[in-house]
Amino acid sequence: MATETEIRGIGHSVKRLEDGRFIRGGGNYVEDIKLPRMLYMELLRSPFAHARIRSIDASRAQELPGVVAVVTGEALAAHNLAWMPTLSGDTQAVLATDKVRFQGQEVAAVVAESPYVAKDALELIDVDYEPLPAVTSPQQALEPDAPVIRDEKEGQSDNRIYHWEAGDREATDKAFEEADRVIALDTFYPRCHPAPLECCGCVADVNPATGKATIYMTSQAPHAHRTLFAIVSGLPEHKIRIVSPDIGGGFGNKVPIYPGYVVATAASLLIGRPVKWIEDRTGNLISTGFARDYHMRGELALKGDRMIGLRTKLLSDNGAFFADAQPSKFKAGLFHIVTGSYDIPTAFVEADGAYTNKAPGGVAYRCSFRVTEASYLIERLVQTAAYEIGVDPVEFRRTNFIKKEQFPYTSATGWVYDSGDYEAALDLVLEKLGYEDLKREQAEAREQGKLIGIGIASFTEVVGAGHGKEFDIAGLRMFDSAELRIHPTGKAVLKLGVKSQGQGHETTFAQIIAEELGIQPEDIEVQEGDTDHTPYGLGTYASRSTPVAGAAAAMVSRKILAKARTIAAHLLETSEDDLEWSRGRFSVKGAPDRGKTIQEVAFAAYTDLPEGMEAGLEGVHYYDPPNMTFPFGTYAVVVEVDRGTGEWKVRRLVAVDDCGVRINPMIVEGQIMGGLTEGFGIAAMELITFDEEGNCIGANFTDYLLPTSWETPAFELGETVTPSPHHPLGAKGVGESATVGSPAAFVNAVVDALAHVGVRNFEMPVTSDKVWKALSEVGLAE
Amino acid sequence: MAQMTETQEGVYTYPVTVTVNGAAHAADVETRLLLVHFLRETLGLTGTHVGCDTSGCGACTVLLDGVPVKSCAMLAVQADGHEITTVEGLASAEGLHPIQEGFHEEHGLQCGFCTPGMMLTASALLAENSDPSEQEIRWALSGNICRCTGYQNIVKAVQYAAAKMAGEGR
Repeated sequence: MATETEIRGIGHSVKRLEDGRFIRGGGNYVEDIKLPRMLYMELLRSPFAHARIRSIDASRAQELPGVVAVVTGEALAAHNLAWMPTLSGDTQAVLATDKVRFQGQEVAAVVAESPYVAKDALELIDVDYEPLPAVTSPQQALEPDAPVIRDEKEGQSDNRIYHWEAGDREATDKAFEEADRVIALDTFYPRCHPAPLECCGCVADVNPATGKATIYMTSQAPHAHRTLFAIVSGLPEHKIRIVSPDIGGGFGNKVPIYPGYVVATAASLLIGRPVKWIEDRTGNLISTGFARDYHMRGELALKGDRMIGLRTKLLSDNGAFFADAQPSKFKAGLFHIVTGSYDIPTAFVEADGAYTNKAPGGVAYRCSFRVTEASYLIERLVQTAAYEIGVDPVEFRRTNFIKKEQFPYTSATGWVYDSGDYEAALDLVLEKLGYEDLKREQAEAREQGKLIGIGIASFTEVVGAGHGKEFDIAGLRMFDSAELRIHPTGKAVLKLGVKSQGQGHETTFAQIIAEELGIQPEDIEVQEGDTDHTPYGLGTYASRSTPVAGAAAAMVSRKILAKARTIAAHLLETSEDDLEWSRGRFSVKGAPDRGKTIQEVAFAAYTDLPEGMEAGLEGVHYYDPPNMTFPFGTYAVVVEVDRGTGEWKVRRLVAVDDCGVRINPMIVEGQIMGGLTEGFGIAAMELITFDEEGNCIGANFTDYLLPTSWETPAFELGETVTPSPHHPLGAKGVGESATVGSPAAFVNAVVDALAHVGVRNFEMPVTSDKVWKALSEVGLAE
Repeated sequence: MAQMTETQEGVYTYPVTVTVNGAAHAADVETRLLLVHFLRETLGLTGTHVGCDTSGCGACTVLLDGVPVKSCAMLAVQADGHEITTVEGLASAEGLHPIQEGFHEEHGLQCGFCTPGMMLTASALLAENSDPSEQEIRWALSGNICRCTGYQNIVKAVQYAAAKMAGEGR
């Protein structure tokens, strides 16, 4: 427990400083913003997955009392705004002009005095469509006679987006020739959706008197969005202010720029009044950044029980526009982390992407750019291989782990893993689980006809994008920033380039300053999200806030501390070398009674400075990390399978995470439990699918199922701490570990319950009908 | 009996009186106005959130005469003559409601978007059952989705509030 004078810096579970407004209903989300003379916008969406637009007649809508304007693609084209660039170098229709390319695509917008009138008017817009055949899978898309979806693109004669390779093809082929066993797994990571509880939206306020465009929007990356708005709209960047207020969850969904933001801004510019656009849930699920939709084949070359090579072939369904949010150099994101926690001498990754008549996206739903897919593939493949060669999956992992002494470790695909101790995390899980007893119980239960499964996943993540030499989004290097001002009374304001969506930045970052400067967390206000008042940064996603902005916060504190030391020496009439610093106070060596607190030094920075020194105590730091960070852990899931129904229930879930140094352990555990729940949802129920006509199934919370308190299992958490050697605080980032690592553990557990009768795979979501069908096939259904 | 009025073609209004957080509010509302929009737009109480529009997520939960209802699936006119409690009415002059304290103490919230609906549902549970089991809490909250916390700390928050209320004799 903290004593009265103890500085509550790193390692303290400080209760969140931001909670006060949220528990009183005083949060300020985009939908809560109401400006004078504000208008409301609603979007008309395509009912077809693929159709030519013959004509749009908005005259009846325009006549409805209360309607101010109807915006079509044609109107936007007059301002060169009918198309916009995506984050991955493609283009996306803002409002459709020639064709619609997915169901739910934005076709027109109504701006009205009230949201109800705007919705009424949508019904009065007559669009004449000529339906075209829909392409609903990437395999179908790449067939030679498939309809070309992006026929407006110059030089695009088929539906292929990219072909991308990583690793060493030749060396990997050679390893496979030398192998005495090759184990393969074909699996599909289905389309799911981050579905933050708050949908996307904005209030665009282009002030005709000042020319300033203020856009309040649900943005995980406000600074990057400002730059992109400037490029797309042609408005000068200093006349654009993006404000990302309280955000009701993001999980990657609020990284891209969506047509609604652009149309609302254009409408506000043309009409001269603020325009609010708030997406409804169906709009969110059918048109904004989905995740995954990844067809994967993995092959593991073995010599005895050693992995000697890994080959993967991937096919990605990107929907109608290539709008993945990912670093521009890596077409398959960071998928080449696929060698995971294992010392595999050689690997080769081959990835293809295709257009389909489905919503665009491929956002990283609580993961770094395809890391979840990679982790899922290797952890499923490893378990399959263990069964095939007759070795316990735990021992097979242990044999092939990268060993503690091998770090820093260069992977076969070129990553340099910063630090790790995989066996320690595994051992802690096994101990908490009582693994040997559990194996015995499983064997006995099988004899009595009961099915218990134990699923393990020992994941390694790559987060904290990233070093500027290799990582950029739309050309912007992925550094991040912190600006710290210490006021005369010793209170402080910290301004960041990242943006919390619930991660607790107002507390965690205050604790970093507390650790470095000895100012208590409650004396520090953390500000984010307003591009006019915070330094430039790339935003919050890819578990990058602590690895990048957290490092920036530490570094700016150290700059300020150096100045504080000079001031303290001046106040104490001694030399800087004669000073000792213990958090919060300088004292004279050998005379500990003579000292000055950081608060006294701060006051002097404005009142009593050394001769010639610039006043004030503030600074800014832009941090470009030298490497990524590599959090890891082992998760174990124990399930019981009902032979009568195929239902599976989680009996236990033990999760040991190593994310390096934990700044606020309570918040870290909160992140892990949230991620485990989303991982459980993905493994068990979250699915967006389409029928042959391209109709989206999963367009509301009745069809797109999310875990509730009733299904969600209880969690047993544990930790090991292996600091990152290159991060100033030793921290690695944790927001996404559990979503990345846990789906494979859940599926492995259900497979394990039936592994003794030869079952090797279930495709997610693992619904009871799939399990019951497998039970029937092996004669175990009751 | 109050009269419905046609204010323009096809648009009807109806006078309602709704007591919200102890204060009576009278207004002529469009007959199709959802209760959640009455609270958020007419009265400016933005603590009640809209998450799904189809009663699937529970973010818009308020108490109607003490019973949790989803205010996105109810018309304002249906609340005529009733008492509504929103998140803004949870705290009293003596301070925070124990459930609000519980959410803060047990880290029961992250983004805060589901929190008002969660707390109201939980407060209704506690009014009915002062010492609920974990399973009873999980069942009671199963109409409210949280995407951030994984529920474990929300369960603890409710248990915290139950213990606090037992101690206070509430």
